[in-house]
Amino acid sequence: MSETWIPSPSLPSPKLDSGYAGWVKNNLFSTPGNLLLTLLSIALLVLTVPPLLRWGILDATWLGDSRGVCDEAAQGGSTGACWVFVKVRWGVFLYGFYPLVERWRVNFTFFVLAVALFPLFAPILLGTTKRKMVLYLLAAITVLFWLGPIPATFIACYLFAPFALDRLLQGKPFLELFGNQVVAVLTGIGSALLVGVISYYGIFLYLDEKAAGAIGLTALVLTLFLLFISRLTASGWHWVFLFTVYPVFAFFMLVGDIFGLPLVETHFWGGLFLTLVVAGSGMATALPIGILLALGRRSDLPVIKVLCVSFIEFVRGVPLVSVLFMASVMFPLFLPENVTFNKLLRALVGIAFFYAAYMAEVIRGGLQAIPKGQYEAAMALGWPYWKMMSLIIIPQTLRLVIPGLANNFLSLLKDTTLVAVIGLLDLLGVAKASMADKEWLGFTKEAYIFAAIVFWIFCFAISRYSVYLEKTYHPSHQ
Amino acid sequence: MTTATTPEKNKRESIVTISGLNKWFGDFHVLKNINLEVGKGEKVVVCGPSGSGKSTLIRCINRLETHQQGKIIVDGVELTNDVKRIDKIRRETGMLFQNFNLFPHMTVLENLTLSPIWIRKMPLKEARELAFHYLERVKIPDLANKYPGQCSGGQQQRIAIARCLCMSPKIMLFDEPTSALDPEMIKEVLDVMVDLASSGMTMICVTHEMGFARTVADRVVFMDTGEIVEANDPETFFNNPQYDRTALFLSQIINH
Ligand SMILES: Nc1ncnc2c1ncn2[C@@H]1O[C@H](COP(=O)(O)OP(=O)(O)OP(=O)(O)O)[C@@H](O)[C@H]1O
Ligand SMILES: [Mg+2]
Repeated sequence: MSETWIPSPSLPSPKLDSGYAGWVKNNLFSTPGNLLLTLLSIALLVLTVPPLLRWGILDATWLGDSRGVCDEAAQGGSTGACWVFVKVRWGVFLYGFYPLVERWRVNFTFFVLAVALFPLFAPILLGTTKRKMVLYLLAAITVLFWLGPIPATFIACYLFAPFALDRLLQGKPFLELFGNQVVAVLTGIGSALLVGVISYYGIFLYLDEKAAGAIGLTALVLTLFLLFISRLTASGWHWVFLFTVYPVFAFFMLVGDIFGLPLVETHFWGGLFLTLVVAGSGMATALPIGILLALGRRSDLPVIKVLCVSFIEFVRGVPLVSVLFMASVMFPLFLPENVTFNKLLRALVGIAFFYAAYMAEVIRGGLQAIPKGQYEAAMALGWPYWKMMSLIIIPQTLRLVIPGLANNFLSLLKDTTLVAVIGLLDLLGVAKASMADKEWLGFTKEAYIFAAIVFWIFCFAISRYSVYLEKTYHPSHQ
Repeated sequence: MTTATTPEKNKRESIVTISGLNKWFGDFHVLKNINLEVGKGEKVVVCGPSGSGKSTLIRCINRLETHQQGKIIVDGVELTNDVKRIDKIRRETGMLFQNFNLFPHMTVLENLTLSPIWIRKMPLKEARELAFHYLERVKIPDLANKYPGQCSGGQQQRIAIARCLCMSPKIMLFDEPTSALDPEMIKEVLDVMVDLASSGMTMICVTHEMGFARTVADRVVFMDTGEIVEANDPETFFNNPQYDRTALFLSQIINH
């Protein structure tokens, strides 16, 4: 006779010690060894943190605008840092020798970049706790006040309008009313108009109407053209914008000599601005080139394969410093007399290709982890090679290699300091140059520590962003 | 070696014609003089011991493997190295794999709509409707927004079937679609395949599910060491095999 089988109920898992006390007990004092390590760490902290705090903050000189203030403080027996040094040189640290009256161009260029990148960071910024929201809001308000009310309005528009437009038009009622393609077109045209109008008013603030009109119109037409050739929606539009319109825009904006903007030669560029230009364009170009090199290295065509392998192996075999030297000293030897290449441009190309070779190997590692079945399924469905790669294989690969790529991005950012060897003054270079200033001798520590803090902030941001990406695209979420 | 002729050959227009097919992996002769003609709407089951070349044979039909000798004609197009022809044939054929091979970074719905949108240039709205139509047909419309990793093996294989159907293929190739599944899931996949068969799809199916072969197949092809040993209607094949090799194979898989 068979009976009805009743499954046993699930029980809750056994509880560990919870709360702060439980955590402390489990993690700090659980064994004698741990206890010893905890005590040692506390001792180390007690020894190092208070003096650092005293030097960097409590005893430091913050107010004033000349060396005299710090000297007085030192005579008064204070041994703190002299942040007045950094304050006085703030502009140089940020912009190098970019002319004072033209610095708004740098701000504006980076501001447009921030707007274009906004959708990438929106989920992090918007999807957080209330406390963090308040912090972000405060930061935003500070920035807005710093820039002034009119630019602030435009920033707000620029930040939220394309985003809101996208949200609005991709919403259900519109999709049902118009169908997908119309919505895509509307979003595209809307974004283009916004870009045009905002560029117009943005430029109008600083230049005459004619220049503003020309720039606004150019922006509009370019965007429309891009949308036309790429049939993209607003979200993809940001990428196209970043890789096509933006570099051109940034070039004309920063170099000038067009639309009534005075020419600013690249040897005036420096400081954090130069660091970000080199790092940003390095990252943006090295990754795509790296992907192509990785694909080339796995290609069935012997010529392409050999070319890619030898390029990667050659670049990985030489130090970056020598690549930069070659770019600046040897490269011109191969060029005809009257053709000159800008030094900065040469450094950019050198760094991009150098890091492309490293990224290629990281990406190749990821490609090898993609099962053969993925290719076969795609091919069986009729996918041609490039489409299959860009929509099916590479997206999976990049998700796999986020930690490795983040590593490369971090070291790229820090290696921008090496442009000093070819005479470009990045943030660290400017800091060093400031130490040599006769009026401000003896503030080495402050300069180095300031540069270190700035680098750390950017590196930490990259590192956190990669952690966020990893979490979002973790296989367990899929 | 027997030429696999269709019993009711004259009735059906043939859609896949393989003649004198030979293939080598290096020095290893994996397919030996294969001749096979499959009619429109015909269901062919291919079976045989492991390593006999079944997978290789059906992978030649959509050019996942290249052959060195012989002719393969699919829907009037001969397979050559010409990329255009290969693309054309791949769009006419759908293939199911043992390991499903869904794209893990996309939702089920995206898996289904991606190819119609990018390869067939279908508008998104239409592609979605199509996807839901086929998800309902394989009885899992509620999985649309899940990721493949969150679905069971049987569900994944049914999604894979729906993904193929979204490209409206004329021919479906199956390479042991149920052999990575638990018995309970095998049935749900086979049910979908039976349903598909009754809709008139041309199917070439490598499988060891002899029940499926008996009920659905028009013809069963038995392969060993890269050759077609015999091909017959299921009735004759199972009850009256012509070669002792076939009888041995049948006794092994039926009594295992
Ligand atoms: N890419 C390859 N390179 C070399 N040999 C291969 C390759 N693929 C398959 N083979 C060999 O070809 C023979 C036939 O393989 P195939 O996969 O077609 O067999 P099968 O009948 O499908 O077997 P199974 O039932 O195990 O799937 C096997 O001996 C296999 O080892
Ligand atoms: Mg096989």
